[in-house]
Amino acid sequence: MNTIKVEKLVKTYGKVQALDGLDLHVEPGSVFGFLGPNGAGKTTTMRILTGLARPTSGQAWVAGVDLATDGRDLARRIGYLPEEPAFYGWMTPIEFLDHLGRLYGLQVKIRSARVKELLDLVKLGDSGKRRIAGFSRGMRQRLGIAAALVNQPEVLFLDEPASALDPAGRKEVLDLIEGLRGQCTVLMSTHILADVERVCDVIGIMARGKLIVQAPRQELLDQVATPVFEVEAEDVNGLQTWAVVGRSLPWVASIEFNGHIGRVVVNDMALAKRELLPNLLQAGLVLNRYEELKPSLEDVFLRLVGGEGLQ
Amino acid sequence: MNFWVVFRKEMLEQWRTYKVLIVGALLFMFGLSSPLLAKFTPEMLAAVPGLPAGLSDFIPTPTVADAMTQYIKNMSQFGILLALLMSMGSVAQEKERGTAAMILTRPVSRGTFILAKFAALKVTFVVSLLLASLGCWYYTWLLFEALPWGPFLLMNALMLVNFMVYVALTLLCSTLARSQSAAGGLAFGGLILLAGLGAFPRLAEYLPGRLFEWGAAMALGMDTTAWPALWTSLGLIAVCLLAAGLIFRRQEL
Repeated sequence: MNTIKVEKLVKTYGKVQALDGLDLHVEPGSVFGFLGPNGAGKTTTMRILTGLARPTSGQAWVAGVDLATDGRDLARRIGYLPEEPAFYGWMTPIEFLDHLGRLYGLQVKIRSARVKELLDLVKLGDSGKRRIAGFSRGMRQRLGIAAALVNQPEVLFLDEPASALDPAGRKEVLDLIEGLRGQCTVLMSTHILADVERVCDVIGIMARGKLIVQAPRQELLDQVATPVFEVEAEDVNGLQTWAVVGRSLPWVASIEFNGHIGRVVVNDMALAKRELLPNLLQAGLVLNRYEELKPSLEDVFLRLVGGEGLQ
Repeated sequence: MNFWVVFRKEMLEQWRTYKVLIVGALLFMFGLSSPLLAKFTPEMLAAVPGLPAGLSDFIPTPTVADAMTQYIKNMSQFGILLALLMSMGSVAQEKERGTAAMILTRPVSRGTFILAKFAALKVTFVVSLLLASLGCWYYTWLLFEALPWGPFLLMNALMLVNFMVYVALTLLCSTLARSQSAAGGLAFGGLILLAGLGAFPRLAEYLPGRLFEWGAAMALGMDTTAWPALWTSLGLIAVCLLAAGLIFRRQEL
């Protein structure tokens, strides 16, 4: 059973079609990375799935709740961090989280323990009694994450959770998200591909209101993996001489040069892994570097989305 | 039960952002100064240098009725203005800043969200009117004569109904508008419309403005009523709140 199930979701704003028959399935306990260029429909999808917007047509279920029927039940099961979390500036973080705890009907003791636990989790324990109005963007983002976790949600929606943070803050937030794996289902949209690569186990890429691909991270990387080795030798002439012989090998597709670096494209990865290095060493080459190139998520993204670019 | 949670937050906000204090202090000041103005304006006029001889004899001696007229004049102007100013950002500002989206993804209905705001504003105006009436009563007693408490408080209750019409109307405008200033503009338009309709005597019988006249008459012991205006006012409050709730439920945040 899927924690998030979206079928043929359409959303139009006047003449603009934000979602064009979106289908999406997210399994329980997974950290789902939502990627897409600007205007692809990621935030619209999140707003619909959190009950802030209504679809023009199509159906969606979150944690077993049909979005067309019960908004209150949905609210008890989800947590949501908008791209720019907003707070009552006159409140302190303790007061704000306490207010949310009251909305979920948490008892006094449980509420105060939960507030303390969350503030410690997002490293705002020392700022618990300061007014939120004076918080930096990073502090607000961390408070937003704490706010999204007050009710220990079954499904957590995170819209660009780490984009406003400095590298240390980003690492903390990503560690936090990683720690939630298995405890709740996370749907996270971001434009930072490295973050997705690091924490997400399933990746969905959206473009023009549709999900163009959805697959486990490694499977997605393997799909677009080009079997390439890079070789850097001390003696560039020796490497070029070897290339004349190398091109005739049955498992070599092509060899290109860029200065001291040779790029060997192969058509049989398994055979190449066994044969290429011995072959180079037999030719008497002294190697500075020998590397099987792994595709990055950026390669996958650019290949699938093309020139639309990142958000 | 989430109504009380949201109401608690609204009251806390009114306190922390000094809204209760501002409305309370202003209405208290207007309440206090009304009998003072009624009493001393004629004396000040009479003391103007160069006034033609004998003219001061034509300046009438102030009475308790003048104090009430001044009180109602002040309240009808500044009370309504404060009702608009205090309510225009209630919903629009929360939509604009994103706090509405932050709260309404929790177990809070949009109707509760609106009603809690209305209730908190009502408490603010009840407290402020009580302060204003205390100030007005005390100085009226000091400068003129003691007013009977019952009718005087009933007059203030009618004023409160009038203010709440404008609070509810402004909350509706705040729900409809995307920004605080647009909400204020719409509410001011509603105020002008109601004032314009008041120019037609037959219609005026049914409008909230008539409550002030009824209240003044009541406080001065006159036998006048304006029940149609009261029913229309209560109906307007209910319709505005219902409309605000229904519209807000359909809005996307």
